[in-house]
Amino acid sequence: MNAHDVAARAATTWISGPVLRARPEGAFLLREAVTVGEQRLLGEVIRLARDEITVQVYEDTSGLRPGTLVNGSGRLLSVRLGPGILGHIFDGLLRPIGVAPGEAGRDPWVLPGMRDEAPAQFWLTPRVRVGDAIGPGDVVADVSVGVDASLSGSGEALSGLPQRCLVPPDLPAGQVIEIAAAGSYREDQPICRVRDAQGGEHGIALSHRWPVRIPRPVAQRLPSDEPMLTGQRILDCLFPIARGGTAAIPGGFGTGKTVLLETVAKWCDADVIVYVGCGERGNELAGLLAEFGELEDPRSGRLLLERTVVIANTSNMPVSAREASIYTGITVAEYFRDQGLNVTLMADSTSRWAEALREVSGRLGELPGEGGYPAYLSSRLADFYERAARVRTLGGANGSVSVLGAVSPPSGDFSEPVTNHTRRYVGCLWALDVRRAQARFYPAIQPLTSYSVSAASLARWWHSAGCTRWEALRRRFLTLLEDEARLERMARIIGRDAMPARQRLILLCAQLVNQAFLRQSAFSDIDRYATPQRQAVMMRLLGSFIEAAEGLLEANVPPERIAEAPIFRALMRMGEEIPDGDWERFSELDRELTATARRLREEVSGDE
Amino acid sequence: MYARLTGEDIANRVDGPLLFLRRSVDVGLNEAVEVETADGGVRLGRIAALDQETVTVEMLDDTAGLRLQGTRVRFFGEPLRFDVGPGLLGRVFNGVGKPIDGGPPLAAERSLRVDGLPMKPSAREAPSEFLETGFSAIDLMNSLVRGQKLPLFSGGGLPHDRIAVDIACNARLPGARGGEDFAIVFAGIGIPHASAEFFREEMEKSGALARTLLFLNLASDSSAQRLLTPRFALTAAEYMAFEQGKHVLVILTDLTNYCEALREVSASRGEVPSRKGYPGYMYSDLATLYERAGRIRGRPGSVTQVPILTMPNDDITHPIPDLTGYITEGQIVLDRELHRRDLYPPVRLLPSLSRLMKDGTGAGLTHADHPALAAQLYAAYAQAQQTRILASVVGEEGLSETDRTYLAFGGRFEQDVLAQPDRRDIEQSMDAGWRALRGLPRNELTRLSDAQIESHLA
Repeated sequence: MNAHDVAARAATTWISGPVLRARPEGAFLLREAVTVGEQRLLGEVIRLARDEITVQVYEDTSGLRPGTLVNGSGRLLSVRLGPGILGHIFDGLLRPIGVAPGEAGRDPWVLPGMRDEAPAQFWLTPRVRVGDAIGPGDVVADVSVGVDASLSGSGEALSGLPQRCLVPPDLPAGQVIEIAAAGSYREDQPICRVRDAQGGEHGIALSHRWPVRIPRPVAQRLPSDEPMLTGQRILDCLFPIARGGTAAIPGGFGTGKTVLLETVAKWCDADVIVYVGCGERGNELAGLLAEFGELEDPRSGRLLLERTVVIANTSNMPVSAREASIYTGITVAEYFRDQGLNVTLMADSTSRWAEALREVSGRLGELPGEGGYPAYLSSRLADFYERAARVRTLGGANGSVSVLGAVSPPSGDFSEPVTNHTRRYVGCLWALDVRRAQARFYPAIQPLTSYSVSAASLARWWHSAGCTRWEALRRRFLTLLEDEARLERMARIIGRDAMPARQRLILLCAQLVNQAFLRQSAFSDIDRYATPQRQAVMMRLLGSFIEAAEGLLEANVPPERIAEAPIFRALMRMGEEIPDGDWERFSELDRELTATARRLREEVSGDE
Repeated sequence: MYARLTGEDIANRVDGPLLFLRRSVDVGLNEAVEVETADGGVRLGRIAALDQETVTVEMLDDTAGLRLQGTRVRFFGEPLRFDVGPGLLGRVFNGVGKPIDGGPPLAAERSLRVDGLPMKPSAREAPSEFLETGFSAIDLMNSLVRGQKLPLFSGGGLPHDRIAVDIACNARLPGARGGEDFAIVFAGIGIPHASAEFFREEMEKSGALARTLLFLNLASDSSAQRLLTPRFALTAAEYMAFEQGKHVLVILTDLTNYCEALREVSASRGEVPSRKGYPGYMYSDLATLYERAGRIRGRPGSVTQVPILTMPNDDITHPIPDLTGYITEGQIVLDRELHRRDLYPPVRLLPSLSRLMKDGTGAGLTHADHPALAAQLYAAYAQAQQTRILASVVGEEGLSETDRTYLAFGGRFEQDVLAQPDRRDIEQSMDAGWRALRGLPRNELTRLSDAQIESHLA
C-alpha cells in the first residue's frame, strides 16, 4: 500500500538474545516488520515508545551490536501470496528454503537474512474485460504453471493445480481500465488496473502481500455438514471431522502424531494441503518431501507435492520464527480458500508454538500464567482455531479451511495448559494412547477419550453415500468399546474364563472391531487409505458379524467356537487383504459368515 | 588466525558467571572472548548482551579467582570456532576442543562455528540405510538407520556404556565386511574418569581406536564447558561426514549432565525456570544438538547419533527424557528388572521405538517379511505382558489356554530373542523371532499374512 513513503529507521542501543532495543527516527508501527543490519535479519516491533522501540528478531542475532541499523518496512509482518507457493517449501516467514534438484549438496544450510528471489513466471488467461466492474475477491484471471514448458523458468517441480488471480481483499471495488493479454507474466508485475469510485487507480499483480496476523475477510461463514474424508476408518466413521472443522491430536512422544498427520495429509480429500512443521524434526520433513514427490493423489492422479505447501521451522531453527509460522500457515491456507478451494492445514506441533510464545514472553518480562505460559495463551489458541471455517468467499465461491493441530503434552499429561485450552476450541479430539502405541496398534487413537461434535451433522452425508445404518453402527461400535474397557477391568480380577458367555462375546466382538476396523496400517499399500465405500462395506460386515454372533449365543454356541472359525481370521485380516473395489470378495465374506453361523448352530444342536 | 582485539583493565564487575566490561571495542553479540587472569591462565567466555556502555560476558569457566584490576580480555571478533583438519581421528580432546593426548596441535584445514547451522529440510536425504548394530532388540524390533538419532534411555548402574561400546564396535551395513569409511565420535559430557577410561580401553581392544575421536569433559571439569562439549564433537562429526565423506556415529554421554549444566547456567543468569527448574528453552537447546544428525543429498557421508541419558529416578516422564523423546527419532529404553535377571541387553521393548524403522526395513532393505514379523512380535509381547499382570492376580491356573501360550511366549521371547550372548546379523535375529512365534495359535497371528505363516511357521 503506502509501504515506501515512510522509511523509519532506528539505531540499536541494547541487545540480548533475539530481542533488541533501538532509538527510532521516524514513525514505526506496533507489530511493524523490520530488517536488521546488513544481513537484513527479519524482525517485528513488539513494543513502541516515542524514544525507544523493542524488536523481536526472527533469526540468529550473532554479531549484532549497538549502532546496528533497524530499517522499517511501513507495514505489519506480512507475506507475499501468489501462485508460486504451491508445491514448495518455505520457512516460518514464507521465505523459500527449497533447493533445486542436484544442488542440495552445494547449499544445504539455512543462512540468516533476507535474500532477493527471482520472481517466477506464470501463464495467465484474463477473465475480465476493460470496463467490467469488479470488487474484492472477484476473479481477474486464471493462472497456470507449465502450460508451455519453455515458460517455466524456475526449472523446479511444477504445480498442476489451476489457480486464480483475485482482486486482493483490501482493494476497493472499481472498474477495469487495463487488463493484460493472455501470456506469461512475472509474479510481481501488475496485470490489471482498476479505477475506484473516487477515481483512485490500483494495480493488481498475480501476487500480493497480506499481514499474517489478520484473518482474510469472507462474505459469510457456512455450516459444516460435509465431511473432510481422511481415508482413516477410525476417523471417518467414529470421530469424523467436517470441512472447515478443527481437530486436536494430543499424544505423548512416540504415539504417532506425526505419522497420523502425514497420513491424513496424503490421503484426505482436500484440494490443497498446508503442512506446518513447527519445531519438529528435519528428517521427518525430508521424508515427507521425498514421499510426497513420489506418491500420487488418488483423486487427481497428480503428485501429492503439487497440492502441498510445506512451511518448515524445524526445532533447531530460530525459536521466534516458530511463533510466526503458525500464522503464516493459516494465512496461506486462507489465500487458497479464497479461490474456492478446500484446504486442510496441519500444524505439527502447536505445543512448540506455545513454547515459543512462552519463551518470547519470558524475555519481555511478562507475568507468567499457568505452566509459565503467558496469560494470553488461551486467546491466541482461540484466534488460531477460529480461522478454520467453511465459507462463502468475497467472490461468491465456496471454500474451506480445516485445521488439524498436534499437541505434545509434557509427560503425556493431558491436563497441561496447551492441551486443556485447545480442547475448548476444537470440534474433534483425537487423543492418542500410549498403551495402544506400545502394542503397535496404529492409529493409536483412544476411542473412549476421543470425540467429535460433528458426527450428528455428518450422518446425512453418509446416508446419501449409501451407508444408511451409519449412526446405528457407529453407536454400536462405540458402546462395544466402552463395554470392553469395563469388562477388561473385570477380567483382570476374576480371569477371562470365569466370565459369563455374553461378556466373553462382547470382548470377542470388541477385539474384532479393534483389529479389523480401527487398526489401519499407514504403510500397507492396500490399507493405508480406505474409500468411504470400502469403509461402509467393512462397517456393515462387522455389524452382521455382531448380530450373527449374538444369535449364536442365544443358540448356546460358546464364543470360543466362533473365534476358531476361519471366518473370524478372514474378517480380522480383511483390511490388509481385500483392496478397494474388490466388492465380490467382501460379499463372499458375507456369505461365508452366514454359512458359518448355520454350521455352528447345527453343530451345537447336534451335540445336544 | 583471528582478528583479535584486546582490552586491558576494562572489567567493572563480576556477578556469578557474568563479567561486565566497559565497551571499549566494537564487538558483536555471541562472539567469543578470552579472559587472561593474573597468573597467566586463560578462561573462555561469550558475549551475552550489549548496550552502549557495557559488554556482558558469560564465562564458560569458573569465575572464582578473577579480579578486575589488570585483567586482560581478548575479543575473537566472531563466535566460537573449532579448527578441524584431516588428522582428527585417533585424537583425544578436552571439552572445548584442545588436544589432551600430548600430541601436536591439529593441522587445521577449516575453521567451523561450533554452533553449526540448521540444515534445510529439502537438502536432507531421508535416512533409509539400515545400520546393523548386532542387537536383535534394535535390529529386529527397532531398526536404526544412518542419519538417525536414537537415544538410549538408561538409569544409574545400567550397562549403557557397554551397549554403546558394542554398537560402536559392531555397527555395519548388512553384507558389508569392513572397508566402509566409518568413524566414531565419542563425547563424554561430565562423565566420571572410569567411564572415559572404560570406553577408551574397549575401543583399543577392538582395534577401533584409530577411527575414533574422543572429547572428554570429565565430571570434575567446569559445568559451563559441558554446554560446549557436544557442540565441538558434532562440529568434528559434521566435518568428517560432509567434507570427508565418512559415516560418523556420534555417541554422546551423558546428556543428563548436559541438562544439569544448562539448569545451573540458566539459574545463575536469573532466568524464569520452567518444569523442575530447567529453563523453558531446554527443548530448543537440545534440538540444536540432536538435529545435527542426518544426511545431505549429493554428499556421501552421514551423522548418526546415539545419545545416552540416565533418567533421574528411572522416570521417563522427567523433563530430560521427555523433551529428548520429542526431538529424537525414537528411543531405546533400558530396564532395571531385566538387568537384574541378567538379560543382556536389558531393553524394555514396549516403550522403545525407532521412528525411522519403516524407512529402513522391508523388501530390498532387510527382508520383505521383517516389518510384519516385528509388528507381530510387538503385538504378541504386549499381549504377553498383559497376561503376566493378569496371572499375578488370578494365578496361572485361572488363565485360559490361549493366555497360557502367551505367557510361555513372553518367557521364550525374552530368553531367546531379546537376550543374546553374541552379535547377531539380521537374518539370525529374524530366525530367532520366527522360532519364538511358534507355539502361538495361528488365529492369534493377525499381523501376518497366510503366506508368511506358511513360509516361516509351517
